[in-house]
Amino acid sequence: MSSKATTLYTVKSVIAEDLVKTYDGGKVRALDGLTLDVSEGTVLGVLGPNGAGKTTTVRVLTTLLIPDSGRATVAGIDVIKEPEKVREVIGLSGQYAAVDETLTGWDNLIMFGRLYHLSPKAAKQRATELLEQFSLTDAAKRPIRTYSGGMRRRLDLSASLIVKPKILFLDEPTTGLDPRGRQEMWGVIKSLVRGGTTLLLTTQYLEEADQLADDIVVVDHGKVIARGTSDQLKRQVGGERLEIVAAANDLAQVKEIVAKVAGGNVSVDEGIRQVSAPVTTGSKALIEAARQLDDLGIHPLDIGLKRPSLDDVFISLTGHVAEEQKPEDEGEVKARGRRKNRKEKK
Amino acid sequence: MSHAISDALVVTKRQWLQLIRVPEVLIFSTIQPVMFVLLFRYVFGGSISTGIPGVDYVQLLMPGIFVQTVAFTLAGTAVGLAEDMQKGLIDRFRSLPISRGAVVFGRALGDGLLNIVVLFVMGLAGFLVGWRPDSGLFKVMLGFIFLLFFGFAMAWIGILIGLSVRSARVANAAVFIAVFPLTFLSNAFAPTTGMPKALQYFAEWNPVSTMVAACRELFGLQNIFGVTANSWPSQNPLEMSLIYMVLLMAIFVPLSIRKYVNVASK
Repeated sequence: MSSKATTLYTVKSVIAEDLVKTYDGGKVRALDGLTLDVSEGTVLGVLGPNGAGKTTTVRVLTTLLIPDSGRATVAGIDVIKEPEKVREVIGLSGQYAAVDETLTGWDNLIMFGRLYHLSPKAAKQRATELLEQFSLTDAAKRPIRTYSGGMRRRLDLSASLIVKPKILFLDEPTTGLDPRGRQEMWGVIKSLVRGGTTLLLTTQYLEEADQLADDIVVVDHGKVIARGTSDQLKRQVGGERLEIVAAANDLAQVKEIVAKVAGGNVSVDEGIRQVSAPVTTGSKALIEAARQLDDLGIHPLDIGLKRPSLDDVFISLTGHVAEEQKPEDEGEVKARGRRKNRKEKK
Repeated sequence: MSHAISDALVVTKRQWLQLIRVPEVLIFSTIQPVMFVLLFRYVFGGSISTGIPGVDYVQLLMPGIFVQTVAFTLAGTAVGLAEDMQKGLIDRFRSLPISRGAVVFGRALGDGLLNIVVLFVMGLAGFLVGWRPDSGLFKVMLGFIFLLFFGFAMAWIGILIGLSVRSARVANAAVFIAVFPLTFLSNAFAPTTGMPKALQYFAEWNPVSTMVAACRELFGLQNIFGVTANSWPSQNPLEMSLIYMVLLMAIFVPLSIRKYVNVASK
């Protein structure tokens, strides 16, 4: 998690107000009054399931798509009225913004450098720097199609950083990567954020938003349904719970203690021998419970404060998602598998 | 404005780099027309008579195959653009601060220039099987320049198709359906006088026919594969072809650029 400097005022780098985009004559509402903003120097995570409107939002903010209605500015520039100016200050990388796979990493960075109007010399210098920064120097002269998924994404990201954009948009930067590739990507993004880049990132991974973003908006059906820091969102769903797992014959006594500390509302799960209750005093309650257990000579197998995960947040906010998400996810995995097969055939 | 041109040239250069990195593309795009030269020369050449003593079928055939090959340039253009769309490269280009026409202009130019290599190899193959243009170097060169311009103009149709279809496979099929009849309902390979009357009229005004007739003239042949009457396109194939090229560009350049600006890739 990146630390955010406390400032007295904040400059909004990105503002989107009431964006609407419909398809098929209004039948599909990809964006349905979406509103969000990103403060300068911070990371906003846009979190949502497939088809929630995340990519559409990025496409509007990066001038690729004109919304039916609504307003959006990036670095204070209107994306609908002055798209050319917006393009000069943004970088875009992700799911749908790609590089040329038949060319080498070097070729790509030179091409994009030249399209950003760097001189041939400056383009070469920048390409060298970026390849070094993203540990791709050894692979520079190989065609992209020989790269691993993680390398390809890193090159894609580096291409969007050629002119050091004021605002960077990353659309699902780790979708389809294996765990190692994802860790690498997170490392790269974290180091960019430490450098002060303003970033809007979409993801369907709760953990990713938790890891990388200062603020999170949860998007569903083209709307923002919740917003806050990861802590705030977790609190919004429910406070902390004291959870104690103990030996079966200690459960009754443990229950008594928890009831005293938490002031009621205790639930006991005999199956996993767990006693839990919502608490409002945080670690104080934990210490108190631990002391009382110790006084009675009971040594629980596990004791802790549990805060709701972003998964809990998501499910409690959207309700349906837990069920709806599943078939989509399976579809995605299959599609990914197919893509992989095709690559192997080559 | 200077940026617009240099941006387009960067995109053109990308295509040449692709040819260096994946040389198979260039090899196959030249083998196919050479194969056509050999097939038509030896399969049909024996049974189609030019009707003129001393003039071999191959003399009439070569301009026909040149035009056909150049017309099919737009297949590569359409497929290449559809692939760029599918893979998200067009989105990347569209998010860059470059002129709106640069990507499509660069692509058309790149594909147009590729024809230099293809025409050179075909000309060589034609020469080996007996093609002998006798109008002098200047006119022969003019003929080839004419062909290059025709390819460039046709590429713009490919751009519009490439940006309009959902996948590269669809692009390929769409182009084939559009271009194949156009090249055969013409004077390129056989006299049009054998066709039903309605088709003869079509063939007479077909830009492929006027291009073939123009090239035959420039390569020093009287265009005897004819046209039904003493119509304007048959009398003035050079002028008619030029008009077609200007018309093609006047229609398809603005449409293509508009499509590029508004395109929504999936």
